[in-house]
Amino acid sequence: MPFVANSGADRAAMLAAVGAKGIEELFADIPAARRFPKLDLPEPLSELEVLREIEAMAARNRSSAASASFLGAGAYDHFIPSLVSAIASRGEFLTAYTPYQPEVSQGTLQAIFEYQSMAASLLGMEVVNASHYDGATALAEAVLMAYHNASGRGKVLLPAALHPEYKAVVRTYLAAFPVQVEEYRGDPAAVPVGADAFALVAAYPEFEGELRDLSAAAEKAHAAGALLIVQADPIMCSLLKSPGSMGADIVAAEGQALGNPVSFGGPYLGMLGATAKLVRKMPGRIVGEAHDREGRKGYVLTLSAREQHIRREKAVSNICSNQGLVMLRACVYMAAMGECGLPAAARLCYDKAHFAAELIGKLPGFRVENKSFFKEFLVATPRPAEELYGKLAPRSVLPGLPLSRYYPERKNELLVCVTEKSTRSQIELLAQSLKEAAK
Amino acid sequence: MNLRPEATVFELSSPGRCAVSLPKGDTPSYPLPSGLERAGGAALPALDELTVVRHFTRLSQKNFSIDTHFYPLGSCTMKYNPKANEVAAAMPGWTEVHPLVGDEGSQGALELIYKLQSYLAEIGGFEAVSLQPAAGAHGELAGVFMIRAYHLARGDAKRRKILIPDSAHGTNPASCTMAGLETVTISSNAEGGVDMEALKAALGDDVAGIMITNPNTLGLFERNIEEIARLVHAAGGLVYGDGANMNALTGVFKPGEAGIDVMHFNLHKTFSTPHGGGGPGAGMVGAGAALAPYLPGPIATMRGKAFALEMPRSSIGRMKTFYGNFGVLVRAYAYVRMLGAEGLRRVAENAVLNANYLKALVEKDFPVKYGRRCMHEFVAMGDIAEGIHTLDIAKRLIDYGIHPPTIYFPLIVPEALMVEPTETEDKESLDEFARVMRAIAQEARTSPELLHAAPSSTPVGRLDEVAAARCPVLCYRG
Repeated sequence: MPFVANSGADRAAMLAAVGAKGIEELFADIPAARRFPKLDLPEPLSELEVLREIEAMAARNRSSAASASFLGAGAYDHFIPSLVSAIASRGEFLTAYTPYQPEVSQGTLQAIFEYQSMAASLLGMEVVNASHYDGATALAEAVLMAYHNASGRGKVLLPAALHPEYKAVVRTYLAAFPVQVEEYRGDPAAVPVGADAFALVAAYPEFEGELRDLSAAAEKAHAAGALLIVQADPIMCSLLKSPGSMGADIVAAEGQALGNPVSFGGPYLGMLGATAKLVRKMPGRIVGEAHDREGRKGYVLTLSAREQHIRREKAVSNICSNQGLVMLRACVYMAAMGECGLPAAARLCYDKAHFAAELIGKLPGFRVENKSFFKEFLVATPRPAEELYGKLAPRSVLPGLPLSRYYPERKNELLVCVTEKSTRSQIELLAQSLKEAAK
Repeated sequence: MNLRPEATVFELSSPGRCAVSLPKGDTPSYPLPSGLERAGGAALPALDELTVVRHFTRLSQKNFSIDTHFYPLGSCTMKYNPKANEVAAAMPGWTEVHPLVGDEGSQGALELIYKLQSYLAEIGGFEAVSLQPAAGAHGELAGVFMIRAYHLARGDAKRRKILIPDSAHGTNPASCTMAGLETVTISSNAEGGVDMEALKAALGDDVAGIMITNPNTLGLFERNIEEIARLVHAAGGLVYGDGANMNALTGVFKPGEAGIDVMHFNLHKTFSTPHGGGGPGAGMVGAGAALAPYLPGPIATMRGKAFALEMPRSSIGRMKTFYGNFGVLVRAYAYVRMLGAEGLRRVAENAVLNANYLKALVEKDFPVKYGRRCMHEFVAMGDIAEGIHTLDIAKRLIDYGIHPPTIYFPLIVPEALMVEPTETEDKESLDEFARVMRAIAQEARTSPELLHAAPSSTPVGRLDEVAAARCPVLCYRG
């Protein structure tokens, strides 16, 4: 019997010790008519057979590794140093629980503390928590946090240029509250922020790649008594101004790009940062320094009076399990990339993306729509983008995301993402392939 | 265990070092957008590769884990998770697949989601399943949103109360608050189940539903489950099942057949993904006919011979980006395929047998308040001698190389010690735990100072959490 240690003889001895004649007797509390139902599941297989079955299924996917892939839109294929997986697969990290018993969890706790410290500096915030499910749920919780922080205000200003799935998640999370979600277009600094707004949300960069300085938007939000919430790209923040330095009060980010594969959409890493004065309103686990009776420094989960296991219905959020191991990978990644490697990777993304935009912008009928961007840009295409995708995918070029997948009316728009993994020859292949496909 | 203090990555940093090598630029360089260039880099360390590896390896050695220690943490199902699951989830055919590659390029992934949905629907007795939620609490939130949406769709806006037994996890009431609903606590009866009179008194046309954990956090099966569902339904409410303790019931009981309208399973617990020091998990939700149209999406479906994604008809919407914590779903799939129906039943049987065996060994020294036969866990009490508290027992266990049980939960048992051995532990490890507990009970009477000073075998002793929260230091300050 796989994954059960005890033999029949062991079980017989244990049943005798508890005074039961058979195992069925242990389930006597379950209504007899409902006990031991038949489960219609496929016959079990050995480990070898199951791994073969799963491998065969996995082979029916189109792998980015086997293609020249320019897909981004919230899931980013960056280089992952080999040491990240080596560390994250250590059983002592992998098979430990949430560090509620600090004396036997100092490894996990210190790693979280180091993650918090590096991530806070990257985003320009004073505190970052130990993770949310993904960037979208981090943003949704950021909006709820701002809502609860400002009693009496009931409006949030959301950029139309926010990732459509982020918009959807924010709307799901806000459904039960009397909050008006108003979408604005263009520069957040030009949006009227009324006395009824509790937060102005800005994307940095926007879904379509556009980059803006948010300093004026921060001033405007603050003058109206609202918070500025920024949804940011963490790798970009190693090269360009951090949201905090521009005046953001809360930052939500998708941290998948920091050492985690695209993995068909999960598990990812919701990063949430805030100013120190908001920390007691913040959801999620937070680690802080502590000392024992002998004065030795250690780390503990702290400020837990915010959390569900202490405050129940009065907690600031219901979050319990988070994305611990994904956060650990981000921690190891940031430590390894370090002060030189991370901005260097960001710089490669920037240059390669701009090279790609230059090549594509020169193609007949194609136009790059952005004024300013980091690694992702929007291309107006002479033929429907989905048609171009359909022609190129079988040739192992994934040219980017046809925007019609989210916005059916935006047929001739392609969102192209270039990371440090793309080579010049792949970029040239992309441009050449787009040119041929558009003929 | 590594007892030596480990410097932080910032203290280990030395200018000019770098642990990674990146390809040289092969394109022209372009000017950064004016005014947006970062002034001063982020405070990241400069480390060589070996230093990074040694640092995190040494940190890992400061943890207890399932791979190294018995971990009978109640309500957390800290069982051994097959290593094959890790191999399955790490296959490049999954990790290198972009979530927006399109249906044509992700048939394998959609097939896995589709099949896992159907297996879990069969195991739970549900009409339909969504694998979107990323954790148990996320599934709860989805479920409560669904209940709310159901009533609103019927024009019934006055149902704003959710009934929750006083033994429930904190996530239940917290999820209700996040769904804009009000929590009403239902007391437990002398047997540790729902007090039926209190339930009847609370039911009315303002009740949206009940959230019920079964087995509950006392490790007891709610015998009146069908009657509870009948009463709540008769009052116009719906029944939410918290599947945190499903490890006791796989192949033993289908909650969907007993009147549960919507339920989450913690796939990472019962269906075997290592906890990762906090996550990631997966919080699948299953629903019966009334609530299936409201499930969060997208979910996988079949169109002709191809797999595709669709939003359920009256979906509450998206709970997160993309399609759930996919890597966790691969592990759950592998686990179900290796066990099959018979294996899943054996999991529950052995989880329950191990818990009852351990309870029989321990309860002489550590009284169990609700003493009837338990399911996968039991709740003892730790204040067994003058001046001794559960915290002292927990910390002393560490010195014997055992991770403490869950303590001070559920709230309705004073000085609670909640023990869940799981099915993967052998008789010897249970006997050893019982021997250690007996030894600690003896120490509690004869040398209580050993317990008060515990743990003494760890890198740090008990930490001053009050001071840590009063003046929080949440980032490295140099």
